[in-house]
Amino acid sequence: MSVSRFFNNRNTLGLMFMVPAGALLLVFLTYPLGLGTWLGFTDAKIGRSGQWVGLENFIFLFGDSVARLSLFNTLFYTLVASVIKFLLGLWLALLLNKHLPFQAFVRAVVLLPFIVPTALSALAFWWLYDAQFSVLSWALIKMGLIDEYVIFLGDPWLARFSTIAANIWRGVPFVAITLLAGLQTISPSLYEAASLDGATEWQRFWHVTLPMLTPIIAVVMTFSVLFTFTDFQLIYVLTRGGPLNATHLMATLSFQRAILGGALGEGAALATSMVPFLLAAIMFSYFGLQRRAWQQGGSDK
Amino acid sequence: MSGKQQDSIGMAFLDSLPRRWVTLYTPVIVFLIVLLFPFYWMAMTAFKPNEELVSRATNPFWIISPTLAHFEKLLFKTDYPQWMWNTILVSVVSTVISLAASVFAAYAIERLRFRGSKQTGLAIFLAYLVPPSILFIPLAAIVVQLGLFDTRWALILTYPTFLIPFCTWLLMGYFRSIPYELEECALIDGATRWQILVKIILPLAVPGLISAGIFAFTLSWNEFIYALTFVSSSETKTVPVGVVTELVEGDVYHWGSLMAGALLGSLPVAILYSFFVEHYVSGMTGAVKE
Repeated sequence: MSVSRFFNNRNTLGLMFMVPAGALLLVFLTYPLGLGTWLGFTDAKIGRSGQWVGLENFIFLFGDSVARLSLFNTLFYTLVASVIKFLLGLWLALLLNKHLPFQAFVRAVVLLPFIVPTALSALAFWWLYDAQFSVLSWALIKMGLIDEYVIFLGDPWLARFSTIAANIWRGVPFVAITLLAGLQTISPSLYEAASLDGATEWQRFWHVTLPMLTPIIAVVMTFSVLFTFTDFQLIYVLTRGGPLNATHLMATLSFQRAILGGALGEGAALATSMVPFLLAAIMFSYFGLQRRAWQQGGSDK
Repeated sequence: MSGKQQDSIGMAFLDSLPRRWVTLYTPVIVFLIVLLFPFYWMAMTAFKPNEELVSRATNPFWIISPTLAHFEKLLFKTDYPQWMWNTILVSVVSTVISLAASVFAAYAIERLRFRGSKQTGLAIFLAYLVPPSILFIPLAAIVVQLGLFDTRWALILTYPTFLIPFCTWLLMGYFRSIPYELEECALIDGATRWQILVKIILPLAVPGLISAGIFAFTLSWNEFIYALTFVSSSETKTVPVGVVTELVEGDVYHWGSLMAGALLGSLPVAILYSFFVEHYVSGMTGAVKE
């Protein structure tokens, strides 16, 4: 009796149920998170544990023009890609929310870019961006818009925008489908009331759809910004950071420094430098765009 | 997903047909073309003979004489089948481990409500927000220390770091929707917590389990940075990493077999997705909506 009582006690049983998940997360998530921060303050190399060097890595990175460039690239990449992903995603969500022929099929197909492995779809983009055989260049020439094949990934700014385009292609479906789910929770009676009051389509969007959607936009865009800021595979496949480090993101540069270059401490410091930016994005969305009672169908208290 | 019929505002019949073409059909078609073109291009390239690939004279959007040569090369002259097997093994095992651990964790947090369960739930959510890009360097050090470097275990044990938070969070939402009264009845009838979990909660949470399982499988199938960092020999690589690192030889790009590899590697998740679209979408949106 006492044994079964023991196992039915919610605190004991709760802790026991938490053991598998807790153990895995502590060993492979919490510990590395701490270890990563620690490594950032050491001069660890691959195969040799490091000595504490204080802020040396961070001071070095601050003075390193490539690291500064990677910070600029990351911010630029995140900002441009996120804004466009949001606008296109919202537009696509609004379109998919209307009556369409083959509705279910269209909605299902739209998500394909999000579900296939990014590294593999990035390969397709690599091929589309090829300097010699790009079908995009071929089509543009046939249309008479350009005379020569475009070197998509060879010029710094062109490469930046090409990688951003690929990132947008992958991210728009995620934004669109999640916002679509949000749109479907908005009660039609709100639109009816607005229509009866003589609201135009634009006014209905601006005063009903957008305010009701804000909480879910906040969550979706937080995720989108986090994933974009820490993006790795797209850049690794398309440019490996080139040309002239013009597309190096902080994640790809930390891989290059830590894994390929062996400077674990430096790479870890670079990776750790991403954390404040991520925290800022989370805080902004949490405090700035927090959901309010009326947005969930309740009334303001 | 309830309001499928009432979503368009109910006055769509007032829109004239030309107007709908401009504001609705044309943009949707353009979106679809842009979103699907890379896949079309992948498939075209995979079946195209080399002469046609490098010719600028023929129409590149079609194939004159389709060939299976690229697939043949991929399946018989590279380690591709081995990468496929590795990916399946790693994805299935890490998904099963994560799902099992998540069921217990979600049930404990959501239903047992042990002391500190609220904080644990929050910690799980925060764990979900930790990106692999800031974990891979210290994890690489740990993997080497544990002697797991260049083994499939390195991936099987590290993938749960992003799978467990996701699955737990998703399942918490599902468990919350199961009426508490069912459990109370069973408790009064003398069922143990274990019996309640296995006989009442789990059968009712099957849709949630499928959502979480499918999503977790796709996430592990698509994982790249850990697989790139923790594994170095070709026999242990997964499909995304193998195709990207092993099929690119110097400056000569074998676009045909590269695209064939990309196509074959995308197919399993695409097929799985096509069977479980609803579960997949509810998994994705459910995790965001909570």
